[in-house]
Amino acid sequence: MKYEAVIGLEVHVQLDTKSKMFTRVPCGFGREPNSLTDCVVLGLPGALPVMNYEAIEKSIKVGLLLGCDIAETCKWDRKNYFYPDMPKNYQISQFDQPICLGGEVEIEMPGETPAVMGKHRNVQLTRIHLEEDVGKLTHYEKDSLVDYNRAGSPLLEIVSEPDLFSPEEVFAYLTSLRNSLVYAGISACDMEKGQLRCDANISVRPEGQQELGTKVELKNLNTISGVKNGVEYEIKRQIRALEKGEEIFQETRRWNPEQKYTTPMRSKEMAHDYRYFPDPDLMPVKINKDWVEKIKKELPEKPFDKQRRFFQEMSLPYSITSALCPDLALCNFFEKANKLANNPQKIANWVVNDLQRELSSKKTDDFQLPIDQSPVSPQNLAELVMLIEKGSISNNVGKELFPEMFSTGKPPSELVKEKGLEVKSDQGEIDSICTQAIEEDQDAAEKFRGGKEGAINALKGRVMKATRGQANPKLVDQTLRRLLS
Amino acid sequence: MSSIEIVDNTVSQLSLLLSEKKLSSFEITQAFIDQTNRVDDRVHAFLHLDEKNFLKQAEESDERRKNGKTKGKLDGIPIALKDVISVEGQPLTAASKILENYISPYDATVTRKLKDAGVIIGGRLNLDEFAMGSSTENSAFGPTHNPWNLDCVPGGSSGGSSAAVAAREVPISLGSDTGGSIRQPASLCGVVGMKPTYGMVSRFGLAAFASSLDQIGPFGKTVKDVSLLLEIISGHDPLDSTSFPREVPAYGSLIEDKLEPSVIGLPKEFFGEGMDQEVRDSVDKVIDFYREQGHKIIEVSLPTTELSIPVYYMIATAEASSNLARYDGIRYTSRSKYSENAIDVYAKSRGEGFGEEVKRRCILGAYGLSSGYYDAFYLRAQKTRTLIREDFNRVFDEVDTILTPTSPTPAFKFGEKSDDPISMYLSDIYTISTNLAGLPAISVPCGFTKNRLPIGMQLIGKAFHESELLSIAHAYDREHNFGCESPQLV
Repeated sequence: MKYEAVIGLEVHVQLDTKSKMFTRVPCGFGREPNSLTDCVVLGLPGALPVMNYEAIEKSIKVGLLLGCDIAETCKWDRKNYFYPDMPKNYQISQFDQPICLGGEVEIEMPGETPAVMGKHRNVQLTRIHLEEDVGKLTHYEKDSLVDYNRAGSPLLEIVSEPDLFSPEEVFAYLTSLRNSLVYAGISACDMEKGQLRCDANISVRPEGQQELGTKVELKNLNTISGVKNGVEYEIKRQIRALEKGEEIFQETRRWNPEQKYTTPMRSKEMAHDYRYFPDPDLMPVKINKDWVEKIKKELPEKPFDKQRRFFQEMSLPYSITSALCPDLALCNFFEKANKLANNPQKIANWVVNDLQRELSSKKTDDFQLPIDQSPVSPQNLAELVMLIEKGSISNNVGKELFPEMFSTGKPPSELVKEKGLEVKSDQGEIDSICTQAIEEDQDAAEKFRGGKEGAINALKGRVMKATRGQANPKLVDQTLRRLLS
Repeated sequence: MSSIEIVDNTVSQLSLLLSEKKLSSFEITQAFIDQTNRVDDRVHAFLHLDEKNFLKQAEESDERRKNGKTKGKLDGIPIALKDVISVEGQPLTAASKILENYISPYDATVTRKLKDAGVIIGGRLNLDEFAMGSSTENSAFGPTHNPWNLDCVPGGSSGGSSAAVAAREVPISLGSDTGGSIRQPASLCGVVGMKPTYGMVSRFGLAAFASSLDQIGPFGKTVKDVSLLLEIISGHDPLDSTSFPREVPAYGSLIEDKLEPSVIGLPKEFFGEGMDQEVRDSVDKVIDFYREQGHKIIEVSLPTTELSIPVYYMIATAEASSNLARYDGIRYTSRSKYSENAIDVYAKSRGEGFGEEVKRRCILGAYGLSSGYYDAFYLRAQKTRTLIREDFNRVFDEVDTILTPTSPTPAFKFGEKSDDPISMYLSDIYTISTNLAGLPAISVPCGFTKNRLPIGMQLIGKAFHESELLSIAHAYDREHNFGCESPQLV
């Protein structure tokens, strides 16, 4: 029997807001433990939460970006359970009235080769709700330590329908979702920093069967590849179990990334009763149409829409757009340079190949230099491309020049002048260098005269070597042909 | 003026003596400290009193006055707060063992407002643990005694706040009222106590019992004193999203304006069975007084009154079960020495740290919120709460003020009701529905029983109509001044 997996994802995204969700304490990562706290974060007697409207605004933005219905009021509920990562022993969340309903995420599956676009599909969302993040526990042999720096940061939970059917789709979904959220400035979505976290609900069923199998919730999926591997393992485990005639239990399991298997955490019977009820400390927030309209105007172009525009308006090849489009900053750099040079193909090539290479060569601690810190500005890149197009310098000189532009930050025109790299276009000088090249390689000259077209390249090579690549290639071609005829 | 004479003064009188330089804040404060030292071993209104700090603030106030930098009418007047209101650097126990060693690192908004007005803050006042109770018998640190009869309870939960004013240990105090916790003890101790409209006074810094019902309010010997204090503590607070953005009127002077004839409603459900005859007689005299003053008295009906107790105990306990979850032995609360794992820390710390009534209410509240019970209990209670509110709205289309007794009986003896939670809960029957409706209400002393136990009447006003409510209360209080009579403690 063939089995089919059905997967739904719950993605938690930390919103990039200046301060925490219910107090003025700033959000932050990597700070001294328990330094980002106050009486509200610590849940001291008498402390009260006050809404940070930036968190609501960012949530609405995500909802609009993903085509959700936005709620008219934003209401708060308490989710009650005892755990030391939560100072109040309840989490302020949204239970029956999430801020966003419905919506979808466009995904792209891998194509046949990296140069070919894959199939696109929209994955349906159930809901998106806003809640406060909890603290971070570190367990030691005999005791545990807790850091409340993260506690109270705004956290968005994006819940998909059971509308994903393979680990590859899960990977594509997460990648696309992350790109969109980074585009909109919602979050940096760095999984290493816990800014994006993911739980997966996984079930399998015989192919063709309508009703869903028993679902297992998978936790501790801490990297995008971890999600893919964990989901892949869990699907195999469930299929193996069914093939052996075993039952699947409704439970929560934990992915162990080192040993690469899942283990049970708690069963359905041990599930919490969260005793949700409306938080009496917080008044519901009205979301009026004007507010939504204002946010709508600030929405960025979505990554796949941008890619389609690059195809249509600029005829860029798929492989180039798929390198550009996931990175908004890279796209912005490209578009800025292109506006000046009006040569999308060439600019895009330089950005995707040369610029990216130089940026990643500046890697520190696994982070490449961000493009907004690139010493080569869009203006400088545009100038370089225009110099080559005009024939002022050759392509090869350009390629040599680029690393120097990157290390010095100087505009190409200045470097060309400094090093005397302008193309030699003086007919007299070219004549004499070409004559010398023919004399030095009589053999090639004879072959060309005898009709072997390719032999001219050896002569061109000599000329270029003699001029250190600075001879105007068109002029060299013309001159050699004239002298050899 | 001797210290015993000083403590008999109202805030208005003390304020005058200060401005005429006849007394210093230091002398006043010392007089109240002396009185506390004379009587509090018997009354036990205070859980904590830092005399040095109290007097230091008084000296600072005198210094301000000398330099012409007085902050207002109440600059230099001493006050003490119920031990659920945070004052930076002072203990906050909520009369619970679980918070025995907790020192608040920040000021409540009301505390900050008092400091800004130059009021000098000393001492923490006793209460029923976490404000749960009607007698202060639930304090983990021993009950407060009624200054009028030490064998009787002072009422609760703000029993320390009412007894301290009645025993002349402070001229004014603050309490909190969730279902009558200011008005009932005010009535039982023969002082004035007021619960403002929900949202009038910031709850920031008030250790929560039931967030949708809690409201901080003033105690004093007269309506005038209470008005002056309310003026200081009211107003919108950006740190409390349930506080309303409204201008605060100058209640202290507004109440002196000439009172127009108004309509006073007597809800027939409040004047039925269970009311002590002496209470009834006193309230009848109040009714006569208002009638003679030209006010129209009419009978009204609040049919949902009998539902208010079950609704209250469902909503208040549900909120409390969640609000009190933070007292878990992990961070600032006392941790059980005998726990073996995390869950054990919670269970044992809370088991050892909370008293019986608090545990009873947390369990009751958690039960009402549990899946499968939520609709039948919590949700139904919320819907009924809406009906109670609508009941009041309808009555307030006809009347300006509602007049009732504050408590069905005068102060009762220790132990009389402590074994019977239901009969204890019923002592709040006249006060609870105003919390559910969010309305302002005040208890004003209106006489004594033949055994010299105080009796109080309650006036309930329209939401945010504190001025009208205080004015009509003042009209009576000005003529009778029962709150200025002193119990025979010394």
